[in-house]
Amino acid sequence: MPELKTIGRKSISFVLNGKPVVAEVEPRMLLSDFLRQELGRTDIHVGCEHGVCGACTIRFDGRPARSCLMFAVQADGHRVDTVESLATQEGALNDLQRAFRTHHGLQCGYCTPGILMSAEAYLEGHPDPSEAEVREMLSGHLCRCTGYVGMVRAILATAKARKDGKAAAE
Amino acid sequence: MSAHAGAGKYLGRPMERVEDATLLAGRALFCDDQPTRPGTMHAAILRSPHPHAKILAIDTQAVLKRKGVKAVLTGKDIQAETDPFLIVLRKPMDQWALAVDRVRFVGEAVAVVVAEDRYIAEDALDDILVSYEPLPAVIGTMDATKPDAPLVHPLVGSNIPSTRHFTYGDPDKAFAEADKIVELTIDYPRNSQTPLEGYVVVADYRPDEKVFDVLSNFQGPFTVHPVMSKALRCKGPQLRLRSPAYSGGGFGTKQAMFPYIVLMCVASKKLGAPVKWVEDRWEHLTAAIAAPNRVIKAQAAVKKDGLVLGLRYEQFDDYGAYLRPPMPGPLYRQHGIMTGAYDVKNMTITNHVVMTNKTPSGMVRGFGGPQIYYSLERLMQRVAVELGLDPLDVMRRNLVPRGSFPYRAAAGALIESGDFQTAIANAAEEGGLADLKRRRDEARKQGRLYGIGYAAVVEPAQSNMGYLSTINTVEERHKAGPKGGNVAYTTVSVDALGGVSVTADSLPQGQGHATILAQIVADELGLHPHEITCNMERDTQRDPWSIATGNYSSRFSSSTAVSGQIAARKIRDKLARIAAQNLNVTPDKIEFANGKIFARDNPDDSIRFSRVAGTAHWSPSELPDGMPPGLSEIGVWSPPELEPPNDADQINTSLTYGFVFDFCGVEIDRDTGQVKIDKYVTMHDSGKLLNPLLADGQVYGAFGWGVGCALHEEFAYDKDGSFLSGTFADYLCPTACEVPEPIILHMESPSPLTPLGAKGIGEGNCMSTPVCLANAVADATGAKDLRLPLSPSKVAALIQGDEPPPPAGQAKAALPPMAGGRGLVGEGSTLVPAAPEAVWQTLIDPKSLAKVIPGCHSLDLVGPNRYRAVVSLGVGAVRGRFEASVALSDLEPPKSALLSGDLLGPLGTAAGQGKVTLVPEGGGTRVSYAYQVVVTGKAASIGGRLLDGATRLVVNQFFKRLVAQTQGGAPGGALFWDGIKRMLGIGS
Repeated sequence: MPELKTIGRKSISFVLNGKPVVAEVEPRMLLSDFLRQELGRTDIHVGCEHGVCGACTIRFDGRPARSCLMFAVQADGHRVDTVESLATQEGALNDLQRAFRTHHGLQCGYCTPGILMSAEAYLEGHPDPSEAEVREMLSGHLCRCTGYVGMVRAILATAKARKDGKAAAE
Repeated sequence: MSAHAGAGKYLGRPMERVEDATLLAGRALFCDDQPTRPGTMHAAILRSPHPHAKILAIDTQAVLKRKGVKAVLTGKDIQAETDPFLIVLRKPMDQWALAVDRVRFVGEAVAVVVAEDRYIAEDALDDILVSYEPLPAVIGTMDATKPDAPLVHPLVGSNIPSTRHFTYGDPDKAFAEADKIVELTIDYPRNSQTPLEGYVVVADYRPDEKVFDVLSNFQGPFTVHPVMSKALRCKGPQLRLRSPAYSGGGFGTKQAMFPYIVLMCVASKKLGAPVKWVEDRWEHLTAAIAAPNRVIKAQAAVKKDGLVLGLRYEQFDDYGAYLRPPMPGPLYRQHGIMTGAYDVKNMTITNHVVMTNKTPSGMVRGFGGPQIYYSLERLMQRVAVELGLDPLDVMRRNLVPRGSFPYRAAAGALIESGDFQTAIANAAEEGGLADLKRRRDEARKQGRLYGIGYAAVVEPAQSNMGYLSTINTVEERHKAGPKGGNVAYTTVSVDALGGVSVTADSLPQGQGHATILAQIVADELGLHPHEITCNMERDTQRDPWSIATGNYSSRFSSSTAVSGQIAARKIRDKLARIAAQNLNVTPDKIEFANGKIFARDNPDDSIRFSRVAGTAHWSPSELPDGMPPGLSEIGVWSPPELEPPNDADQINTSLTYGFVFDFCGVEIDRDTGQVKIDKYVTMHDSGKLLNPLLADGQVYGAFGWGVGCALHEEFAYDKDGSFLSGTFADYLCPTACEVPEPIILHMESPSPLTPLGAKGIGEGNCMSTPVCLANAVADATGAKDLRLPLSPSKVAALIQGDEPPPPAGQAKAALPPMAGGRGLVGEGSTLVPAAPEAVWQTLIDPKSLAKVIPGCHSLDLVGPNRYRAVVSLGVGAVRGRFEASVALSDLEPPKSALLSGDLLGPLGTAAGQGKVTLVPEGGGTRVSYAYQVVVTGKAASIGGRLLDGATRLVVNQFFKRLVAQTQGGAPGGALFWDGIKRMLGIGS
């Protein structure tokens, strides 16, 4: 762990959605604020700044993490992914995102990017989840608009389609 | 008229949303994502830690010396630059964007710092020194009505600034003829749907034009716009409010941000630069808004067979510290439909507006409905219990009869269509009520606690904008002039290449209005919805004024959507006339489909839509006689049924009235008191559904919040006024594990009053679900008085009785109990390797004591054994600078002393006392202590779970330092030398 002074700026470099980022940041700047205010990311949102709502969820070296509970300097030397990383090679929505649209899994859409990050990471490790398991995973996020029904369906449908697709491919 | 009446090619179908691609890609620009001008400064707000106090002085000297700080504003600046906000009642209850002379709730804005960035602004708040004189606070609604209660607004002379009494029919006769009078008192809690995106305001004062240019996620846009412009002493157009197309949830709450708009306008004017403010979660939960909590004393006069002859309501609606416009709306919004789904002709209503030292109340989804239906539907359940009847039979007996629509309710609502009996019968059949009853019987046979609940709700939509004038007497209304109506505007424009754009007045926050407008316009113009571009931004300087504008009272389906169809038809009619000229037919023969315009009986001879559009723009001379060129039409919709209240105090509350019937089964865990929702069925008759996918989305969402209200959510206050729900770990929103999937059923009784036949659907379950679940818990437990939220501890108390006292010998009360706030107690001892005399000397010498107190910046002797100190302390991630006064008393040198003191700072206050005893032990001293601390303000609201640990940490640090100090050095010094030694590789 490098020693940091509370004033002055610290040089950091990390990989964001597959592209290198080099920046100078104040040690106290939150990662969520850095991504939004310095890098202009609009695909993470800030909902509570105390780690409960999950709107700011990113993937940190692949694992879902709350960017509001991290400092930007902690990203130094690591990999950070936001919703941009989900896009297909052509830049279109991926199957999970499309399923959210089909199943009306979002309304205001403010919580959605964070949920997509958690769901994508979860499905990588749990290709065949039950509804209860999906709900358990989603309990790390708050959505105030949808009652969660559409997003549960979207995640289950994506899991099934991926499994079926894989089976068809084999 | 179009041949498309009713469902069209797209309208009425479950279409995916046109909004979603942007949102799912994370590219939607919410308010905080919008670009701002270079040089935009950032504001942070200092808030009151007290529920009620006089502001004696505010010292801002130190703040302006901080690097990066540009300005600081207090109530004095606001008084100089603005007039107090207009309020609905003519009472001396002045309110401003910052507290003036007095604070009336925890979280009230007291000062603003504007700085180069938000981090600097928030830090600088610590340097503002506010001297308060705390006053007694009143928190409980009924406490506030007592004659000796502290007055929230002393000039009013009472905490009840308005009482109105209403009588409909002959209630005295009804109660005299009753076989039984069933009574219930309801105490509905404070809650809010708390959107995930908080308030955002960017204000930019343009001095040359004298225009306040504001970008915000205010959901107005014209609601209370006159209140703001009056306060800012400018004309309406000089307060330009712009709203982005995407808003992170609203639920009514984003109306209550208007004081912050005025505040940032003043800050921008004073500074001469744009000022941005982004609310944080603690600010939102503490100080933004709550639905009013309400005490309702309800009575039903009933016959033995369950027939309700009359109702009596006395309502005490708690608006907190200020009556912010349009409050007291929730008390009057649904006045005309206070009889709900029932045919009850005789009723009295007494409405009291109550003020307390809590956060001001405001608009929240359901807008008074959850409170009303909680009392009405609980009362119906009690009627059944007390008469030994089935609750559903009692409800059915009293329903508005089939075939009696349009039905005029006692207080004036005109329910235009419906069939409540069929809706209930269908719900019971399709939702499997008989099976659910068998499930309940089976569970009960096994000794499990299982209950079934019901609720019937009439869901009003598109409010009559004259509803609030019901608070005035008939004479006052005559004097002020009649108020009613609800006007909607949509504009449809077509460019010269046939590109179609739509702007509309609904300002959605996730409801998908762009999708439905695209469906409507596409149907009218024979295009695909994806060919329609809907711009949902609003700009009060450019868009037409209507007080009804915005996303309120589920009005979209019956108002904005209709105006969209009207505008599209005007475009269509114009294009049809142009095309008819070219096709040599009359305009009534013209059809639109697949981007083409043609005569119905000769579809092969068609003209491209874009070609005809081009003619309208490029070839004025080719247009039919008298037709103005161009293709931009505004649709205006103003239904005539929304008349002002009449002289009998009847008001048709809304244009449309849907019907909701819910039933559910719940099981209660006997050990934990947890309520598990086993099954939930919700039947909706919302007239024609414009997009069934989105309609169900509204139901799921309202249901989710309904579950929260029933089981989890409450803005809790301690008796002393401390706010206790300042984080999402304290204000509990249900997650995917707590919200089951309800079974949604529909039937369609089209509204004859709107061309689309649609009614509202967004608020029904906010009203039905809390009481349906409560009725099920009542059925399971037999309990009469149920106060939401039905948390495990409350339900456990219902089924198990009060928690038994701890076994003897467990509870210790070293010190007398202290009142209010979050109380903390602790005790312990530590061995200090110094004689009692040395320890004693350290404790009573200011210089050494200063070194012992953790975070102490300065400590001055202000009297015999009395000190004043400045200390920095933190709870969790939040730190603050406090002024502390410490006194030593009961001195018995060198054996014992009593320390007492209080802390005052931006995080709140703490008062405490501690007894310290010194006993010689093995050459050293055993220092024993017992302390008791009461914490209020921000620290109490955010740190409930953290306070104990934080306090222990401070106490431990204190003794660690005491050990170090009595060993002859400041702990800082010792640590410094430890560090040096470590670096040099010597010592441990």
